[in-house]
Amino acid sequence: MNYAINVKGLTKRFGKKVAVNNVDIAVPEGEVWGFLGPNGSGKTTTIRMLCGLLKADAGEGTCLGYDFRTQSEEIKRETGYMTQKFSFWEDLSIRENLEFVARVYGLPKKRKLVDDTLEKLGLVSRQKQLAGELSGGWKQRMALAACMLHSPRLLLLDEPTAGVDPKARRDFWTEIHKLSGAGITVLVSTHYMDEAERCDQIVFISYGDKVAQGPVMKIIEDSGLITFTIEGERARALADELRGKPGVEFVAFFGAMLHVSGYDRALLEATLAPYRGDPALTISETHPSLEDVFIQLQDRAARGAS
Amino acid sequence: MNGYRFTLHRFFAVLMKEMIQMRRDRMTLGLLIGIPVMQLFIFGYAINMVPRHLATVVSVADPGPFSDSIVAALNNSSYFDIVKATNSPAEARRMLARGDASFAVEIPVNFSRDLIRGAKPNLLVEADATDPAAGSYALAAIPNLAVTAMRDDLVGPLAPLAAKPAAFNVVVHNLYNPENITQYNIVPGLLGVILTLTMVLATAIALTRERERGTYENLLAMPTRPVEIMVGKITPNIFVGAFQAMLILLLARFVFHVPFIGSLSLLAATSALFITALLGVGYTISTVARNQMQAMQMTFFFLLPSIMLSGFIFPFRGMPGWAQWIGEVLPITHFLRIVRGILLKGNGTFEVWPEVWPMILFLFAAGTVAITRFRRTLD
Ligand SMILES: Nc1ncnc2c1ncn2[C@@H]1O[C@H](COP(=O)(O)OP(=O)(O)OP(=O)(O)O)[C@@H](O)[C@H]1O
Ligand SMILES: [Mg+2]
Repeated sequence: MNYAINVKGLTKRFGKKVAVNNVDIAVPEGEVWGFLGPNGSGKTTTIRMLCGLLKADAGEGTCLGYDFRTQSEEIKRETGYMTQKFSFWEDLSIRENLEFVARVYGLPKKRKLVDDTLEKLGLVSRQKQLAGELSGGWKQRMALAACMLHSPRLLLLDEPTAGVDPKARRDFWTEIHKLSGAGITVLVSTHYMDEAERCDQIVFISYGDKVAQGPVMKIIEDSGLITFTIEGERARALADELRGKPGVEFVAFFGAMLHVSGYDRALLEATLAPYRGDPALTISETHPSLEDVFIQLQDRAARGAS
Repeated sequence: MNGYRFTLHRFFAVLMKEMIQMRRDRMTLGLLIGIPVMQLFIFGYAINMVPRHLATVVSVADPGPFSDSIVAALNNSSYFDIVKATNSPAEARRMLARGDASFAVEIPVNFSRDLIRGAKPNLLVEADATDPAAGSYALAAIPNLAVTAMRDDLVGPLAPLAAKPAAFNVVVHNLYNPENITQYNIVPGLLGVILTLTMVLATAIALTRERERGTYENLLAMPTRPVEIMVGKITPNIFVGAFQAMLILLLARFVFHVPFIGSLSLLAATSALFITALLGVGYTISTVARNQMQAMQMTFFFLLPSIMLSGFIFPFRGMPGWAQWIGEVLPITHFLRIVRGILLKGNGTFEVWPEVWPMILFLFAAGTVAITRFRRTLD
């Protein structure tokens, strides 16, 4: 199998703090991988190392077949990196930003390319507007279009849909899957569970450690989590009551519904037994959602770290 | 090292971006053009203007033809306006104290008698020294004025007195005697100082601004190379600098009447070199500074010796050896010699060359430091 990204032992320290600790990532060509983890877990730092913006303290491997430590220039030419924070020039117009990118990569038929991109973005009428005047969501969309302008083989997207409306988010993912069908590899960091579920595989890091990896279903299965839902008027009030009871790892709301999760089925059943008699409550077992698993992974990592 | 490789389309990309940004930043652009004009007028006049029509009071304790001639001569010169003639030295001093007059000229008792006897009487001049430089030209003019004035009086038997350098002493109190700086020296010097300030500052923030706005990450994520970014960011400023230089030289020629003896094209070429060297310094600063504040401080760190040790303020040869060494490193030192040489002495390429190569050397050193210091990662 050909890997677009294949790195081992990726490590980055800021002073004494270890931001990324011995992380292995191997993304096959043409796949879409999700990169998840709580705030400050090291996602951005990892992505920056992959495209040569930060020097890795340890680790080896390749990006697009180039040594990621020594050939960052070659990697940059064929990679589209979208930064988490908007990093295009706010005092340039939308069109000027796109033209700048086209010039830097020396793209042929620059004019038509920019025209087409603006068309696809739906920004033709606003092309002369300064990028700084765009709303947050539009900035994201412009940035995304700009980093794909040079038809990269690898896309590194750092929370590309933060602040983007649901319709645009869906369009974005349709586009991502189209690109992946054409053989482009995508590594995308996100905090959205529905986006994670659209990925071929997920890498979950916490405190710089990779704590889980695999397709969504496998991650859920591997978690060994057992989840019950409690529905009913009184369900909300039960959350505090159940927290910390034997067998209950954590309790989370999903709308009006309560998810009670744990590892030990017997204990969990025993804890829930007294409530089963209540006619106002409906208790049933369910597949844990990805979110349940993430909360659990995060909790466990936090406990491990403290 | 591939930091030095250069690709035209990427340089062009950076250049276009910088030109658009510069055009949009009206405030900075306005300052870049406004500052030199203002500074030239302020300093050009402040330092050089020869003050004339200074209020003067004369106290005559010895009326007679000699004193009449002296007073008339003072009044006729454009330096002095006699606002009052009195016979009381005390009143003259009071006027001086109140600021009603800048000078008090006292012709003492027995001035005529002593003069005729050849006893060299004193002509006492008191100057308001609170603004010492103001009167220096006027003071310097008094002895000549007085001597010329009395040439007509000293005839016949008194003629031998007129032939002597002076038949009386001019005694000046509180005389401040600064170096005889002429505007011919100052205005070309200002060209160098103004360019140093604006050019270094303009590029010192070139990269720090990208860093502060977060666009640096994007610039680094694209395959732009350090030298392409540097040249792309410096080039538009060369034109700004050229424009500034032109403006200053036009004012120098037509407002300050500085002579332009030498070749203008030689002046243009050396100015371009000087400007580029300055931009190199600014860019080097921006590769080191973490934020715009630091960039600003480093700029002033460079600016001060450029003013003090370049021969702009103090005569270069009058400084201690180590200060001259520092001065020799600074491009402005050489530029000042070049400009003064070309404008005032009509120096040609041959005479100017010894000052040109140190600037070229400096430019290459600054460029090399900038490229090596350029951080290609966010670490
Ligand atoms: N330049 C830096 N200097 C020092 N520490 C840094 C630097 N950049 C990141 N860190 C630290 O490294 C850790 C990982 O940060 P990183 O930005 O990679 O997290 P993240 O997973 O992207 O978080 P988020 O979801 O909030 O974007 C954090 O603790 C952060 O404080
Ligand atoms: Mg991040």
